[in-house]
Amino acid sequence: MLQIKNLHVSVEGNEILRGIDLEVPTGAVHAIMGPNGSGKSTLARVLAGQEAYEVTAGEVIFDGKNLLEMDPEERAREGVFMAFQYPVEIPGVSNTYFLKAALNAVRKHRGLPEIDAMEFLTLVRQKMKLVQMDESLLHRPVNEGFSGGEKKRNEIFHMAVLEPRLAVLDETDSGLDIDALRIVADGVNVLRAVDRSFLLITHYQRLLNYIVPDQVHVLLDGRIVRSGGKELALELEEKGYAWLEEAAAQPVGA
Amino acid sequence: MQDSTSTIEQFATQDYKFGFVTDIEQDNIPPGLSEDVVRLISAKKGEPEWLLDWRLRAYRHWLTMEEPRWANIHHAPIDYQSIIYFAAPKAGPKSLDEVDPEILKTYEKLGIPLHEREILAGVAVDAVFDSVSVATTFKAKLADMGIIFSSFSEAVREHPELVKKYLGSVVPYTDNFYATLNSAVFSDGSFVYIPKGVRCPMELSTYFRINAKNSGQFERTLIVADEGAHVSYLEGCTAPMRDENQLHAAVVELVALDNATIKYSTVQNWYPGDENGKGGIYNFVTKRGKCEGRASKISWTQVETGSAITWKYPSVILKGDDSIGEFYSVALTKGWQQADTGTKMIHIGKNTKSNIVSKGISAGHGQNTYRGSVRILKGADGARNYSQCDSMLIGQDCGAHTFPYIDVQNPTAQMEHEATTSKIGEDQIFYCNQRGISTEDAVSMIVNGFCKEVFRELPMEFAVEAQKLLAVNLEGSVG
Repeated sequence: MLQIKNLHVSVEGNEILRGIDLEVPTGAVHAIMGPNGSGKSTLARVLAGQEAYEVTAGEVIFDGKNLLEMDPEERAREGVFMAFQYPVEIPGVSNTYFLKAALNAVRKHRGLPEIDAMEFLTLVRQKMKLVQMDESLLHRPVNEGFSGGEKKRNEIFHMAVLEPRLAVLDETDSGLDIDALRIVADGVNVLRAVDRSFLLITHYQRLLNYIVPDQVHVLLDGRIVRSGGKELALELEEKGYAWLEEAAAQPVGA
Repeated sequence: MQDSTSTIEQFATQDYKFGFVTDIEQDNIPPGLSEDVVRLISAKKGEPEWLLDWRLRAYRHWLTMEEPRWANIHHAPIDYQSIIYFAAPKAGPKSLDEVDPEILKTYEKLGIPLHEREILAGVAVDAVFDSVSVATTFKAKLADMGIIFSSFSEAVREHPELVKKYLGSVVPYTDNFYATLNSAVFSDGSFVYIPKGVRCPMELSTYFRINAKNSGQFERTLIVADEGAHVSYLEGCTAPMRDENQLHAAVVELVALDNATIKYSTVQNWYPGDENGKGGIYNFVTKRGKCEGRASKISWTQVETGSAITWKYPSVILKGDDSIGEFYSVALTKGWQQADTGTKMIHIGKNTKSNIVSKGISAGHGQNTYRGSVRILKGADGARNYSQCDSMLIGQDCGAHTFPYIDVQNPTAQMEHEATTSKIGEDQIFYCNQRGISTEDAVSMIVNGFCKEVFRELPMEFAVEAQKLLAVNLEGSVG
């Protein structure tokens, strides 16, 4: 589903990602872990198409297509979803109105007719239950006045409605208490599907207690320094990132 | 980042969609203004002596006045001697059949309803083409209820007593430079009278359109709602593309007697000038309503998206006890447009209430100023005002300014003022993009959300039109 090859990315002349190679198969859940400043969130934003990031080398293939050539909205319509670390507020635009516009943009791209109001309402109600979201958040402006937990839950709700092919969760666990974390994780777990892949970006292992990944990759200083199964996350929890930093400092093959 | 900024700048560069000129013969008088010209205008319209006298008094007073300089707007000096003060289509038509087909085509292009389908739509139109009203519909139906809805000139002929009684009663001919100029040379406009206890069964609407080259347009509108009457009036306009700046100095007077309600809605989309700031309409308008009677209500709603310069303060004099004044405004400036707009609420009567909601949107090099004045006079016990002024900025080169003036002379008054300034952020746009929404749709969605409180005050059809208008104006702004 997603192939990242030798990806180099700079922000204002500083190289943040220094050659990322990563393959996420269809239906797989991969976690990217790493300390602050390792480039985790940069990777997420580059996949979503944020303009401040300049790709200096490498390629990203999504479903056989060159992802980097697409505008952000095109990527979204093709099925790339990013749950934001800091979802922005959009005053005056109700959450439902926003979601309907988003869903119709996606549907149009797929050659489907616009969803009618009744159908949409049914869909939204059903998805709300899935992520245990309060109905009142539906009618409020997008993220305006939402608590941190509500914002994150709203992201998962958007994901549930838009049914992406690839979901990138950018530190969705940060700032959540344990209950909120569980609700978000449950939401992700019910959305796991054979035709949907996840890329979980996280600083802490605890999210992975609730969403069990197929693969864990450790990002350090813009490179993936280690990949492994879910037990790698536990090892990190125990030892921290320092031992990997030391290992990474060794010349390759040493 | 850079892409977004440059696309945001395209706001300023998009074409005006209603720029076309109708090719019809004009009955013009030479440019310039003098007492003779005032007499000529009056004579061409066959006006009675008292009206000519009134015009002449205004003209003489105007000679002693200077252009106001306090507004936050900038333009080259206006040469009042180069303006043509009267232009009318030749041969006054008596019915629609006699209307110049070219004019009808123009209306067609603008989508102005004038035929059978308009009856279904419930819209009566007193269309002003340049200076003379060419067609008035639904009059018979309205006349049955005693409602007068006609061109101003016709009202002068048919109902001189009403015109004489109310003309200048809200905006006196000495009021301000542009209103005084209008009083001297006004060409035509609309007159509405709703008799006692009558609720006007349809939205009354007039489409103004400036067409004759170099002719300033001096509309005069007078609406009187007698005791217990109720009327909603719509005014909407577009204008053809022009190189020279065109002065538009209209006057609108509203009078509401006991328990009467007047709702006046405007959608203004005149030519704003090209991407370099050349051309465009100067819209210097005086609009004022007087809540003469007790428990009367006057409500202004405006959506201002056009004109190079807008100078406009629809106001309400709250004279009757328990009267209510409202002002809801959306003003969009992009390209090089400037708007200095707002309202005045003058509380005289007891327990009078006023409500102000102003939404200013600036993009490109647009400059948007809210200027509002709330005055609570000595006798206005228990007066209340609520003001909300929100500004939205799109891009780096635009500006938003707020000048609220408050003058309270009665200690029982309650005043509330809220103001916000926001920006459409790159992060908001990106968030929308990430959900599949194009940048254009995102901007339009955010702006419409910002203006929601005003749009919901508009009559249904107008609200849809206003949203469309904003979307059209925002097209190509970003993305």
